[in-house]
Amino acid sequence: MKNAFFYLLATLGILLPVTSQSALRVMACEPEWGALVQELAADKASVYAATTALQDPHHIQARPSLIAAVRNADLLVCTGAELEIGWLPVMLRQSGNPKVQPGQPGYFEAADFVSKLEIPTRLDRADGDVHAAGNPHIQTDPRNIALVADALAKRLAQIDPANAAFFQGRYQDFAARWKSATQRWEKDAAPLRGMPIVVQHKAYPYLENWLGLNELATLEPKPGVEPSSAHLAEVLALLQRQPAKLVIRSAYNDSRGADWLAEHAKIPAVVLPFTVGGSDRAKDLFGLFDDTIAQLLKGTK
Amino acid sequence: MFKHTSLAAALAASALAPALSFAADSADLQQIHKEIADLRQRYEVRITELEARLQKAESTAASAQAKAEQADQKASQPAPGVSAPDATSPIASAPAGGSFNPNVSLILSGLYTNLSRKPEDYRIAGFIPGGDIGPGSRGFSLSESELGFAANIDHLFYGQANFSVSPQNEISAEEAFIQTTALPAGMKIKAGRFFSSIGYLNDQHSHTWDFVDNPLVYQAFLGTQFSHDGVQLKWLAPTDTFIELGAEAGRGSDFPGSDVDRNGAGAQALFVHVGDDIGVSSSWRAGLSYLHATPQGRTYADTDAFGNSVTNSFSGGSNLVGADFIWKWAPNGNGERQNFKLQGEYFRRKESGDLAYNTAATAQASRYSSSQSGWYTQGVFQFLPTWRVGLRYDLLDSGVVDYGSNAANLNATDYKPTKTSLMFDWSPSEFSRLRLQVARDKSRQGAADNQLFVQYQMSLGAHGAHSY
Repeated sequence: MKNAFFYLLATLGILLPVTSQSALRVMACEPEWGALVQELAADKASVYAATTALQDPHHIQARPSLIAAVRNADLLVCTGAELEIGWLPVMLRQSGNPKVQPGQPGYFEAADFVSKLEIPTRLDRADGDVHAAGNPHIQTDPRNIALVADALAKRLAQIDPANAAFFQGRYQDFAARWKSATQRWEKDAAPLRGMPIVVQHKAYPYLENWLGLNELATLEPKPGVEPSSAHLAEVLALLQRQPAKLVIRSAYNDSRGADWLAEHAKIPAVVLPFTVGGSDRAKDLFGLFDDTIAQLLKGTK
Repeated sequence: MFKHTSLAAALAASALAPALSFAADSADLQQIHKEIADLRQRYEVRITELEARLQKAESTAASAQAKAEQADQKASQPAPGVSAPDATSPIASAPAGGSFNPNVSLILSGLYTNLSRKPEDYRIAGFIPGGDIGPGSRGFSLSESELGFAANIDHLFYGQANFSVSPQNEISAEEAFIQTTALPAGMKIKAGRFFSSIGYLNDQHSHTWDFVDNPLVYQAFLGTQFSHDGVQLKWLAPTDTFIELGAEAGRGSDFPGSDVDRNGAGAQALFVHVGDDIGVSSSWRAGLSYLHATPQGRTYADTDAFGNSVTNSFSGGSNLVGADFIWKWAPNGNGERQNFKLQGEYFRRKESGDLAYNTAATAQASRYSSSQSGWYTQGVFQFLPTWRVGLRYDLLDSGVVDYGSNAANLNATDYKPTKTSLMFDWSPSEFSRLRLQVARDKSRQGAADNQLFVQYQMSLGAHGAHSY
């Protein structure tokens, strides 16, 4: 039996692929951060996105493939603010990779660099899946992306000093393009100011704050709790007194609640990409906001 | 307030003054009256001044608060393209625990059990019993409640302890271990008491199980769950495919071992786990395990060939090999609405050594050897958000048991115990679960036990992060 294990070890030694050590290996917990690393590091980093836009970043299985990715990463780029609390800590512990543990330069939490909204005044699970640090869905405001980009460019330079000038150059270029794109989005979105909306999950406070949208209700009775028919009926009754223009859900949400409300309240149900890859147009960070604004403008028609 | 009190004292003094100064002449009296009037006037001026200052201070405070609120709003609405003064230094955020206290989690679990047969005569026919096996007690009971603490100890170590409280109010350290966090090259060392990483289910805490109980093969070969007091070394290969190798050495006091007074290790284990994704919707993990234990005087209760209740004792070597496999599916990797998992494990155990029959009387010793196997397979399907259904089938093969010269006293059997379990559960959130399970347990030869369980499992405190 023991011999079998030694043979196995020997075989593994032969099979171990020689991975390219030149590029920085980055694991992004969510696709938006993967896209941002790509903008800043281009071919100086190989990026592995742990989740897709069709997955709920609160609930991810700590799959073997993800543990292997954490094991091999030089840098983790995650949202933080407890978004990944159900899966990242166990992967970090199982990875045996000291470089990417919290507190190390290889561990980057984007939410550390922006001001959080909806910081709860009381912590009680009766209130649903609330995050002590505030709402973690910071990527829906492009001004937050700009803040994170600055910090991430510096972090990349810290981890890979040889390419520091390259990252800074990419960052300057990105920041300029992002600034003008943000101004364009703000101009396009001017008619959205004050627009009443209903959202499925509390995924968009940063977007609402940026564009001045007015969130009337959520389909989830409590954050993270599945929409119930009783609660949907309450929301419908509210909309009859105070009509909304749109009901919004993210690409990964189940469509039934939003579709039911859209049908009964006679308003469009709109799927926002939420992150990169959430729609055909949201191929990168620019496409993410192009599509988000375009979808929201459906409510002004 | 102080000033008002002084004024009151002065007024009181002025009221008393005439009585006290009956002997004094009127000039003195006039002088005193004048002084008191002066005093009163001075205090009144000062009180007016103070009131004005107070009013001013209050209005300043209000405007400062308003400014602070404005600043808050500004901070949450950063101007486009403008970054914080130094964006690389994170905005201070309190750690999740709020302090250096370890994360505390509490599992509350309760059970209603209905069994068609008495649990005290439970046994898995053809298998030497050990550990904590069987369906538990009938009626209402507190099933295992568990209190867990976990935190990084310092820059090198992580520590975790889980204490379980049994329905009989016994507290036991289910796990209490430290683990390295800073070893390079995918290495980790764990020391203390921990569930062995052999198999798939063995290192999972009972509140994460998909069924109320562990499969028969775990009950027969591992006494439900095997834990070490010892050390574990794990190494994760630097490959894109998950490949994990591990070795353990421990006291070996848990069944199939026994507590022995010796310097060396009583049990050793080796395991390898391999896993990966298949597309975006599926993932899998497979493993091979080996456990070697050297029990000395491992006693157990048995019924001999004459129908007497006896206690026997085994000393020798116990070798267990196992293979495990799990496959998980969720459309697009999003298990919120639907997901499915299929898992199975196979174990084969060989034991050889000496068996002492009826230790209370003759203690007749002879050679003993056995070669037995078993497996289970189960599928759990979440068909709607929060609702799951699961089916499990268990089979044990008594295999070959040689009692040597004790064959006259002890009967071997070729009976194959089986068990079929069906469960439904509802998890309104990731912290609560209600479960109904029915099972037909044919562990006893020729006597099926129909079982029904209703269970709740709730998790309080620190947010648990569940392994795959």
